[in-house]
Amino acid sequence: MKFLKTGVMVFAMVMVGCSSTGGTKEEGASAAGRGPGGGAGGPEISKYGESSSDMYGTSSKYGAGGGAYGAGGGQSGEGALDDPSSPLSKRVIYFMYDSSEVQPEYLSVVNSHANYLASNSGRSVVLEGHADERGSPEYNIALGEQRAKAIAKMMKLQGVLESQIQVVSFGEEKPAVSGHDESSWQQNRRVEISYPRR
Amino acid sequence: MKQNIIIALFGIWIMAATLSAQAELTVQITQGVEGGIPIAVVPFGGNPGGENIGSIVAADLARSGRFKVLSESQMLEHPTTPEQVRFDSWKTMGQDNLAIGQVQQDGPDHYVAQFYLFDVVRGNQLVGFNLPFSAPETRKTAHRIADIIYKQLTGENGAFATRVAYVTVAPGEGPKDRRYLLQVADTDGFNPQNIIKSREPIMSPAWSPDGRQIAYVSFESKTPAIFVQTLASGERQKVSDMPGINGAPAWSPDGAELAMTLSKDGNPDIYVMNLASRSLRRITNHYAIDTEPAWSKDGSRIVFTSDRGGKPQLYMVSSAGGEPQRITYEGDYNARGVFSPDGKSLAMVHGVGGNYRIALMDLASKQVRILTPGRLDESPGFAPNGSMILYASHSGGAAQLSAVSIDGKVRQSLRIDGGEVREPAWSP
Repeated sequence: MKFLKTGVMVFAMVMVGCSSTGGTKEEGASAAGRGPGGGAGGPEISKYGESSSDMYGTSSKYGAGGGAYGAGGGQSGEGALDDPSSPLSKRVIYFMYDSSEVQPEYLSVVNSHANYLASNSGRSVVLEGHADERGSPEYNIALGEQRAKAIAKMMKLQGVLESQIQVVSFGEEKPAVSGHDESSWQQNRRVEISYPRR
Repeated sequence: MKQNIIIALFGIWIMAATLSAQAELTVQITQGVEGGIPIAVVPFGGNPGGENIGSIVAADLARSGRFKVLSESQMLEHPTTPEQVRFDSWKTMGQDNLAIGQVQQDGPDHYVAQFYLFDVVRGNQLVGFNLPFSAPETRKTAHRIADIIYKQLTGENGAFATRVAYVTVAPGEGPKDRRYLLQVADTDGFNPQNIIKSREPIMSPAWSPDGRQIAYVSFESKTPAIFVQTLASGERQKVSDMPGINGAPAWSPDGAELAMTLSKDGNPDIYVMNLASRSLRRITNHYAIDTEPAWSKDGSRIVFTSDRGGKPQLYMVSSAGGEPQRITYEGDYNARGVFSPDGKSLAMVHGVGGNYRIALMDLASKQVRILTPGRLDESPGFAPNGSMILYASHSGGAAQLSAVSIDGKVRQSLRIDGGEVREPAWSP
């Protein structure tokens, strides 16, 4: 009972933290930063029948690995990538429902990144596709991939090399905003452009 | 009566939480049938430890929505052996059926549950069983007894002694702090066990036909890969991590093959992997999205979701490959088709008027019935006896699991305190 209480309390605090922080459009843009090694963030496998259910809160294995998940998509000393007034500071493209068509208003954002990558062939980019929570999770994985691939296709047409682009879809699994209404959904139907650390 | 059931269940939950601190999922009946089968299940005599087998059986039967279970507080007599039963008193209480039993110790940590089911109206015994068990098997033994009673009184197999796999998501302080946990619990939410815990998403758990392994998708390397994990040993194998999507694993009925979605050749298509040789057979080849394969009972056909017609709809194809046939036309969104155990119908996610609901299509008549009232219902899967469909839903903004009987009359919710629970899969 003691464990259960602790778990519930920790959980409640986490929930409060979540609602007060909220999610902003820019916040999600860096989620795909590659961690060094990745050992700290590895999964924990259990034998059925030997683990009791250790839910959230008390596990120590996950507290430590924060360093692997940096906050920034860019890095110091990268010039244009770090300049908040540069068009490259825009890192998220939003989509219509069940669509992977890039809306005209985002063409300039995509073009800026494409130009940067085309003239910096040593840089690579991760295009992370996402969907809103409606409908079937695996269909949404496919939809998120189509969105990321639509951006990748545009970039390649402007001279970015296939080897500079990595596409991954998280479907509805990593919403930027946790609400269940259209205003949240439209912030979750997105492709995040992120530049892994070198 | 319904209130009594909820109170009784809540009482059991509190009791079990106190005892084991392991109860994470709370299962409640949210809609039951009028005129369920009346039954009284008397707490068992000589029960070892805290959890009374009779009470667990009563909760199982009540949760099915098919029974009208007499609450313990209303019982005037507490027989534990056949000689103590006075049929007239139970008849007066309006009880058509009576289950009683007792536990006898048969050695160190060896017990035998003796139980009897009576037809009160006719005044005769329907079944009687001796079930040996050890203390950790107490709840399992109770679920087996509930299965026996269910079968005897409804004519259908029970599914109380089965398990459910599901993914819980702890939100964390920000999007990067989420924790994903694949768990397996008894169908009453008790005995939850961790299978894998990760900082990155876990999706699409699928039970092997023998119930010993689970296939799932893990993003632990920041890209999706399909794993097959043996539950008892915790041993797992990465069976697919091709470039692009590795998703939607589905076991063939003989357990030898795994259908999956791969986008390694450009677009998401359906492939079948022979698990022994790891060789791949391509089933679909189309520039649109093809995903979410599910096998027919005999393994000859695969149903899948495709937006090749512009919107997601269900298509059927031979598991040897060939030309797919579209099978859904009603509604502008039909996805995640799964065959019922009798092979006669398909459950699916059915988009209608901006709501996503679970619907059941009769394969012969093509008639579609909407079974659930939700707005964001997804991930349907059948109980092994075909009586219920388990699915993911939302209630008050929180992701929870729900179950609905295939006639739509009985509904249950399976909630987790404060967290999100999704992607359910009922064991064989």
